[in-house]
Amino acid sequence: MFGDYSLGDLGSIFVMQGFAGLILFSVYVLMALGLAIIFGQMGVINMAHGEFMILGAYVTWMTSNLFQSYMPGLFGGYFFLAMILAFLASGALGMLVEWVLIRHLYKRPLDTLLATWGLSLMLQQAYRSVFGAREVGVELPQWMLGSLHVTDSIEVPINGVFVMGLTVLITISVAYVMYKSRWGRQVRAVVQNRIMAGAVGINTEKVDRYTYGLGCGIAGIAGSAFTMIGSTGPTSGQLYIVDTFLVVVFGGAASLLGTIASAFSISQTQSTLEFFMSGSMAKVLTLLAVVGILMLRPQGLFALKVRK
Amino acid sequence: MSDEANKGLLSPLRRKLLMGMAAVPAITMLPPASFAQAPATSAVNTTGLAVTDTEVTVGILHSATGTMAISETGSIEAEKLAIEQINAMGGVLGRKIKFIQEDGASDWPTFAEKAKKLLVNDKVAAIMGCWTSASRKAVLPVMEQYNGMLYYPTFYEGLEQSKNVIYTGQEATQQILAGLNWIAKEKGAKTFFFIGSDYIWPRTSNKIARKHVENVLKGKVVGEEYYALGSTQFNSVINKIKLTKPDVIFTDVVGGSNVAFYKQLKAAGIDLAKQPLLTISVTEDEIDGIGGENIAGAYACMKYFQSLDNPNNKAFVPAFKKAWGEKTVIGDVTQAAYLGPWLWKLTVEKAGSFDVDKIAAASPGVEFKGAPEGYVRIHENHHLWSKTRVGRAKLDGQFELIYETADLVEPDPFPKGYQ
Repeated sequence: MFGDYSLGDLGSIFVMQGFAGLILFSVYVLMALGLAIIFGQMGVINMAHGEFMILGAYVTWMTSNLFQSYMPGLFGGYFFLAMILAFLASGALGMLVEWVLIRHLYKRPLDTLLATWGLSLMLQQAYRSVFGAREVGVELPQWMLGSLHVTDSIEVPINGVFVMGLTVLITISVAYVMYKSRWGRQVRAVVQNRIMAGAVGINTEKVDRYTYGLGCGIAGIAGSAFTMIGSTGPTSGQLYIVDTFLVVVFGGAASLLGTIASAFSISQTQSTLEFFMSGSMAKVLTLLAVVGILMLRPQGLFALKVRK
Repeated sequence: MSDEANKGLLSPLRRKLLMGMAAVPAITMLPPASFAQAPATSAVNTTGLAVTDTEVTVGILHSATGTMAISETGSIEAEKLAIEQINAMGGVLGRKIKFIQEDGASDWPTFAEKAKKLLVNDKVAAIMGCWTSASRKAVLPVMEQYNGMLYYPTFYEGLEQSKNVIYTGQEATQQILAGLNWIAKEKGAKTFFFIGSDYIWPRTSNKIARKHVENVLKGKVVGEEYYALGSTQFNSVINKIKLTKPDVIFTDVVGGSNVAFYKQLKAAGIDLAKQPLLTISVTEDEIDGIGGENIAGAYACMKYFQSLDNPNNKAFVPAFKKAWGEKTVIGDVTQAAYLGPWLWKLTVEKAGSFDVDKIAAASPGVEFKGAPEGYVRIHENHHLWSKTRVGRAKLDGQFELIYETADLVEPDPFPKGYQ
């Protein structure tokens, strides 16, 4: 298929294709991080993850409308405020949901699947009632549109670079919080042994609530960022949920590093295959590979070594 | 529709009442004379439909919830508006139209079940409904078994014809061929890149388009790609487009994927003002979500744009906005849905009966001069004769009409040489 093209053409296409893979990688990491915390650390199968993302997207949409009406001069910078608000909104909703629903189900992890699935349906209908059934268009500031011209034939989408930067930032923050901070140590202690953690004076209920809130908040940021590349509608969250679970389960549920490794391998496989065959065939082959590997390694790529 | 027709349009308050209680309050506005002319119920209804001396019941069957609510909301609104306007003019054969709305909930078996409920329990005289081909395929056996009448609004892939369905949208050849001819002539296009969502409509449409490009236009299809419904990542295919440098990108991507595709196309630096793109899946409704700045310059071929400049449309657009809000937009399917109740009314009047068999037989040749898209007529194959138009998307989310076929295009659901 490459006979007709010059070397220069091919070179720049491979560079851009590399970027496409990296962007896909960032998108996967961003959407999976929140779930990795909730599912990986707490064992809660959060089917409403996509809806928490879309809450972030709607917050972004409202912020952009607000800026357009009242502060058009500052419109260029609204996105940063929108992401913070998205984090707070989704995080707050997450904590509320944890208090009302999830905390009663910690001993029955499979039931969280059903409960959060019901929650996701309720949230979808709530968005539909509040924001309307139609998709909303989130207007972006001018500087976030278009692409960077690296050379004449290599162009890198700005929003892709933005998502990459954001992903790096959030991953580092999460890693720091989970592995370096006092609170992160408490979270890991509760995960490893809830009763002992309680016995040494950790308020496990509070830790649970904040962990769930953090996971949902990160989902909100992801949703906010994805307004740049995807749609914002009541059911848009459903577009992400399958890929998100795929990444987290394939990576090994309890490991952040596993999530990143799995996002990397899935995204690179997917985007390389997409270049050589049709998009839906590429997806089929990627899923087949994931299924095959999970059959050989049911615990995922990276699993915590625990004595049984 | 004439100006007289619009005088009867209801105030928003009135409309809310209507929505709650179906068409009952509208009776007060009826010119008293029309009751006198109403033919006897026993004469116009010999098959036990829900027809009384003053009322006739129809069904509205769309997804008000679930993933398809995004698309079907406009159709529901258009059908209710048409029913309201018909009632304001005196109804059908002197009877007010009352509607029963059922929710297909974006689930195809639910559509079939609700269709059966409407036909068997409610005995509706006609159903305005369905949107996706999958929902229509689910409902079709029910319509045929219980002998119902369905007015189906969406442009679709063709390869279907039923006594019990009137297709008010365009079938694939009607929609696509004129658009391809135009862009080949206007832009001298020889190479085409196809990209679509992976299900029956884009695959069939692209098959037809490929035959036309290769056999009639003597051009070449340099790429044909499908992405699963709901895909949100298109960077790889955009790179392929950059590599193959097609004269025209031809797209039938749908749903949330649509938004992702155009946003990423724009972000990848493909300028639609310079790179011709022809879509058959983006109407004004979709642009709301995509954002005008991401798609400005793209060409769409279909039969209706909100910006059409004709007296019918000039009356229709304000009436629609008055009923459903200043910000609502009207896409191709919404307009086609609006035709349903009107075509049914005209056919009932032509047949002088509500009986489904008589309506099916009387349908061919029924003309609707008041259609917002202009004149339409029902063909023997129960599809519509209609014009095909090409519009260019503008920043404000509207289309600018660029081209329209001189004559009505004949519907051809089983095109020879294209299968």
